[in-house]
Amino acid sequence: MLLNIDNITVSYGGVRALRGVSCQVEEGEIVALIGANGAGKSTTLKAICGLVRPQSGTITFDNKVLNKMPPHKIVSLGISQVPEGRRVFTRLTVLENLEMGGYTRKKAGEVKDSIKNIFKRFPRLEERKNQLAGTLSGGEQQMLAIGRALMSKPRLLLLDEPSMGLAPMLVQEIFTIISEINLAGTTILLVEQNANMALSIANWAYVLETGEIVLSGPAAELANNPDVRKAYLGE
Amino acid sequence: MLLQQLVNGLTLGTTYALIALGYTMVYGIIQLINFAHGEVYMIGAFVGLIMVAVYKVNFFLAMLVAMAVCVPLAVLIERVAYRPLRKSTRLAPLISALGVSIFLQTLVTLIKGSPNPLAFPQVIQDTVYVLGPVKFSTIQVIILVVASLLMVFLQFIVKYTKVGKAMRATSEDYETAGLMGINVNSIVSFTFALGAALAAAGGVLVGMYFNSVHPFMGVSVGLKSFCAAVVGGIGSIPGAMLGGIFIGIVEVLGVAAGFDTYKEAIAFGLLILVLLFRPTGLLGLPIQRKV
Repeated sequence: MLLNIDNITVSYGGVRALRGVSCQVEEGEIVALIGANGAGKSTTLKAICGLVRPQSGTITFDNKVLNKMPPHKIVSLGISQVPEGRRVFTRLTVLENLEMGGYTRKKAGEVKDSIKNIFKRFPRLEERKNQLAGTLSGGEQQMLAIGRALMSKPRLLLLDEPSMGLAPMLVQEIFTIISEINLAGTTILLVEQNANMALSIANWAYVLETGEIVLSGPAAELANNPDVRKAYLGE
Repeated sequence: MLLQQLVNGLTLGTTYALIALGYTMVYGIIQLINFAHGEVYMIGAFVGLIMVAVYKVNFFLAMLVAMAVCVPLAVLIERVAYRPLRKSTRLAPLISALGVSIFLQTLVTLIKGSPNPLAFPQVIQDTVYVLGPVKFSTIQVIILVVASLLMVFLQFIVKYTKVGKAMRATSEDYETAGLMGINVNSIVSFTFALGAALAAAGGVLVGMYFNSVHPFMGVSVGLKSFCAAVVGGIGSIPGAMLGGIFIGIVEVLGVAAGFDTYKEAIAFGLLILVLLFRPTGLLGLPIQRKV
């Protein structure tokens, strides 16, 4: 088991965002976390990254407990996040954004090689490498956010709503890229409101409702589950 | 005559700029007005004075020692007075900063035995250089050269080094910077250290220039430099440089025009004017609301 979330509870100022959530991610898989707005999907990712602290329960990654680790240490263990709304550093250039993604890597040569690889995957970023990230289009910013997250060579990549605000054609492109990244050996935990897309590429999925996991199973099975189809796939 | 006042204003302005940089960088990262920054400047001046008067070291070495003392001091202030309050309301660290400021003024007065100013030994042979209609004194030349070099060096760090890029990233988005593996706490410490080094150098230069060092010298200069940072656009490094020079020049011109009674009010008047017409300051970024 690469990531094990065991019965975690998270509250923000008295409001319980997660109540006893448990889920597992196996090495090599794409796992999707679907659910409505406010169900606790982003909170789950934030808890993994150390941005919010669970009041109870444990999160372990590669058998190390993450609960009290500061975010930058969690990154150096091999977890990287593409945050919701992309959050690229708009006042830094594309190149500088990628360098920040590789901040934990010690050797400058390795960082350069990784940047080369990212440019191979996203040629458009190379064309714009000296531009401020704030001047990129939404799709380009999403690619930059993904490229930036890959710079630390993560074993586990967390993606928070990667399709948000993108045109349908771009959504397709982003999901193809996510599958490719997974094929290249990175385990993925994907949070999405676009359940259709998420279930189409995931191996396993969890459905989150008001802070609780209400359903889980192989993604293909959930995609055929009548309740899921009714609640999340617009039928 | 006017040109001469411009030179004097520029000299004064670069010292404001050195101090304003500390305010603006810290604000850029943790949105705190570090009101104890003026006291770091004052302590820098005292350390420089002690080095020159007691240990008879060379002026530049004295300045380096002052910087070396103020850097850990500022890092310590952040660690004990601000960091524990980072997650509380924004007003709490501000009050804490005022507390540190008063504490340091009083501590230095206590150690020194009185609040009276000390003269700075004039260790630099003051020659006057004439360049057409303008006269420069040696100390003015030193201030202009040292301050410019420090600012160029700062720009280099912030623009091209790894830690400088991390500072900019942290200043734009603290949370996401952490997700990059940046230890944001050490970036905050580094920012305080940079600001303190500049302020300490400023303290020694100003102490020498005005031939006076006292425990409350950080109050008025600190406030004026803070005005400079806001006039330039708080959070903007070039803004702090521009704001400092702008306020220095206007102050000197104001005094030369006969408003010397209002000397201390000029910076604040300027602050009000600029904020009326450009609330974000001269080079400030548009206000962004973080989601």
